[in-house]
Amino acid sequence: MSINWINTLEALLVVALVTILTRSLPFLFFGGKKELPDTISYLGTVLPAAIMIILVVFCLRNIGLTAYPFGLPELLSVAVVIIVHRLRKNVFLSISAGTGLYMVLTRTLFMTGC
Amino acid sequence: MMKSFVFAFKQAIPVFFPYLFIGIAFGVLMDEAGYTAGWSFLSGIFIYAGSMQIVLVSLLTAGASLGTIAVMTFFVNARHIFYGIAFIEKFKKMGRKYPYMIVTLTDEVYSIFCSIDYPDEVDVRKTDFYITLILHLVWILSCLAGALFGQLIPYDLAGIEFSATAFFITVCMNQWQSMDSHLPAITGLISALAFYFILGPSQFILPALAVSVLVLIVVRSRWLNDQKKNRGLELEAGLTEQAEEISYEY
Repeated sequence: MSINWINTLEALLVVALVTILTRSLPFLFFGGKKELPDTISYLGTVLPAAIMIILVVFCLRNIGLTAYPFGLPELLSVAVVIIVHRLRKNVFLSISAGTGLYMVLTRTLFMTGC
Repeated sequence: MMKSFVFAFKQAIPVFFPYLFIGIAFGVLMDEAGYTAGWSFLSGIFIYAGSMQIVLVSLLTAGASLGTIAVMTFFVNARHIFYGIAFIEKFKKMGRKYPYMIVTLTDEVYSIFCSIDYPDEVDVRKTDFYITLILHLVWILSCLAGALFGQLIPYDLAGIEFSATAFFITVCMNQWQSMDSHLPAITGLISALAFYFILGPSQFILPALAVSVLVLIVVRSRWLNDQKKNRGLELEAGLTEQAEEISYEY
């Protein structure tokens, strides 16, 4: 297969620039001001907690709740992360336990296709 | 300096696994699509956005127009618009590194900054920069490794991407504990679930983020009240403890 490297380079640049734009927008709007508007600094305090939970749902968005295995491998692993983190408060342990369980479940009990 | 670096490295470790997995997956896809390792390397350096790089492979092989690519990138990454709001003051203090901190603010770096708790002996600015740099390098190397050696990996690593989800959950829980008011987290959860069930998996995130911002602005006075009330309760709890201690003595 032959690849047109100018087209590829253009595509790569567009993706890079638009990505940079999305990350820069809040700084372009508010970064130049000496003092942040009240509402923005308030949002800066409260928004992360909302965003992180939305991000978790975003990570889990492709689980099929209506067909076998009904998202069980993901939901069980999420539960394990929560329980282990609640008990031990060790980020590394919580991630390993949840991810380990997920990899085992998708290979054994809830194997689908392939 | 050493202390800041070691601390930064420890904070970055949980993200190594999702980065390695997604970076390698991207490199393998690029390689399979016929792009040499140099392209994966360049993408890792200049794009540095996991899901978008994987989308890029299909856009490239489909021969999508630059306009389509631009619009697609905007929507895949639009959630990042909401990330910087919390770190405007923090990054402004970074001097020459200010632009670098902004363009490397990925989901994972964002979540580390959301829950980080600096010990006294580390330099906050250096730590932030090291975390960012270490993870950027790990990402670039993962993309490159996938392109060069991806086909040789004998183990099936499928499922290890769950480590990103697991990490985000721990961040949520740490935030939950450190915040006086759970209003923001609950707002996020309800709007995410509501829009997920109304709009489906591919379209829910932007409305969920936008509505959360609006709701949080509306409930601002309630949040301030919660803050005050909790401070008050802590004070009260402190007093009762003292009173109990006194009564035990008798």
